[in-house]
Amino acid sequence: MSVDLATVKRVASLARIAVSEEEAERMVGELNGILGFVEQLSEVDVNGVEPMTSVTPMVMRKRTDVVTDGDKADDIVANAPVTDRNFFLVPKVVE
Amino acid sequence: MTELTSLTIAEARDKLASKEIKAVDLTQAYLDAIASANGALNAYIAVTDEKALSMAKASDERLAAGKGGALEGIPLGIKDLFATEGVHTQACSHILDGFKPKYESTVTQNLWDDGAVMLGKLNMDEFAMGSSNETSYYGPVINPWRAEGSNQQLVPGGSSGGSAAAVAAHLCAGATATDTGGSIRQPAAFTGTVGIKPTYGRCSRWGTVAFASSLDQAGPIARDVCDAAILLKSMASVDAKDTTSVDLPVPDYEASLGQSLKGMKIGIPKEYRVDGMPEEIEKLWQQGIAWLKDAGAEIVDITLPHTKYALPAYYIVAPAEASSNLARYDGVRYGLRVDGKDITDMYEKTRAAGFGKEVKRRIMIGTYVLSAGYYDAYYLQAQKVRTLIKRDFEEVFHAGVDAILTPATPSSAFGVADENLAADPVAMYLNDIFTVTVNMAGLPGIAVPAGLDRKGLPLGLQLIGKPFEEETLFKTAHVIEQAAGRFSPAKWW
Repeated sequence: MSVDLATVKRVASLARIAVSEEEAERMVGELNGILGFVEQLSEVDVNGVEPMTSVTPMVMRKRTDVVTDGDKADDIVANAPVTDRNFFLVPKVVE
Repeated sequence: MTELTSLTIAEARDKLASKEIKAVDLTQAYLDAIASANGALNAYIAVTDEKALSMAKASDERLAAGKGGALEGIPLGIKDLFATEGVHTQACSHILDGFKPKYESTVTQNLWDDGAVMLGKLNMDEFAMGSSNETSYYGPVINPWRAEGSNQQLVPGGSSGGSAAAVAAHLCAGATATDTGGSIRQPAAFTGTVGIKPTYGRCSRWGTVAFASSLDQAGPIARDVCDAAILLKSMASVDAKDTTSVDLPVPDYEASLGQSLKGMKIGIPKEYRVDGMPEEIEKLWQQGIAWLKDAGAEIVDITLPHTKYALPAYYIVAPAEASSNLARYDGVRYGLRVDGKDITDMYEKTRAAGFGKEVKRRIMIGTYVLSAGYYDAYYLQAQKVRTLIKRDFEEVFHAGVDAILTPATPSSAFGVADENLAADPVAMYLNDIFTVTVNMAGLPGIAVPAGLDRKGLPLGLQLIGKPFEEETLFKTAHVIEQAAGRFSPAKWW
């Protein structure tokens, strides 16, 4: 399988990365190089093989469903680029 | 007096405990070394002088009171991937511009709890994506090693290039690092240092910037096997904050050094003999086999038939997980923000400006292989192949093999801005061909220096062990180290 310019632009849009025409054209070649490399996986017989979900056989540890953290709004917004009274600010999303 | 920065962790620990040296003097010696070397090597991207000296002062007080911890007063460098409270933490990416976390990663907290001193944050490939430390927003790290009679700048490997270079150049006593496809072991091999990627789950991932969550694992880079054992003991823990942290006691790894290899079975996988591999690497491998045989181990030929599929499967699984993990960098909660005409435009412009080329490439691949219509063909297939890769190892271990010996890398360190590698991402990816299988199977792997090539550059061997049997790796690597000796670069910086 390989990607064309339209696919690269669609994937960039899904990934929320703005790409120029020139970048998109360069990426077509690069991505096809990588996709060509991974293509060899299709020759592996995986009949009856389960996909890996965990490298170590383990049951995920669970904790009691109680509040253990919080009350640190100042800390949470401390690194945000734009805030107002402990809210994150974003461009207007509702008309 | 011998230079303080030439002491290993084990040596410094003993001299600190016996009050022969002071933690403050040791830390100051490293800060001076960093100040004079960093312009040439670019290993540190942030130096925390004041914090280091105040931590060292506290160490001296605890040592005086006889209350020193296992790493009391030992100055360490920290890879920029670990969250350090109030200190530069950007995974060497522009998108985390100005980020100073309000929390400390579990691994670094463990080190501070044992008395270690933080010298600063170390350079790395952006988001740990790279094998040469050239994708860092802060520019490449320069390897302290040079080929004999050459001034050419060489890469230290990656992604933990800053960690490896700082350890090799004695700009810290030891360093933290992380390994997703070879990022501890390949730079260790390129710099003549020791690096261990422990079993997945051995070190907590809490507070470590995520790249590919099912593969990422923290570990140390150190000057020798003993120092690596001391550091891993402190870094590893059982952590309720990471659900993949394994509930097993952390052994005293140092105690395994010097144990006999008699009765051990070492596997030699024929699939690691790849086309175009320099003859010197094959020679080094044979030398390693001879050393282990001399030490009483039995050598057996083994086969790991799915080895060649590990790298392609990795380049589906890792980018897929990365594309998901890196979705959080949206210009809203932390780091860089580039304004746009609406929220989507803001996201797209922020991510375009904040991520470097290699990171964008991997996010794009990850997004593509997870997108509707391609998921089964790529991602599901890769996860099935991963099961087969792990099964290969399980069968070998089941047949009685205790550890596997392979080369660590297919070459020694290469030049900065190598044109062939820059033009072909896949050629750069091939650097991890011997290390990536270990991440795919979640196993522990150690790289130990074993010799120099004809250019005078270090080469390493890799040992792969059973899950949670890092002790076996330490004792076997120690035998190689005893036979090969240790390697230090000639100082030019």
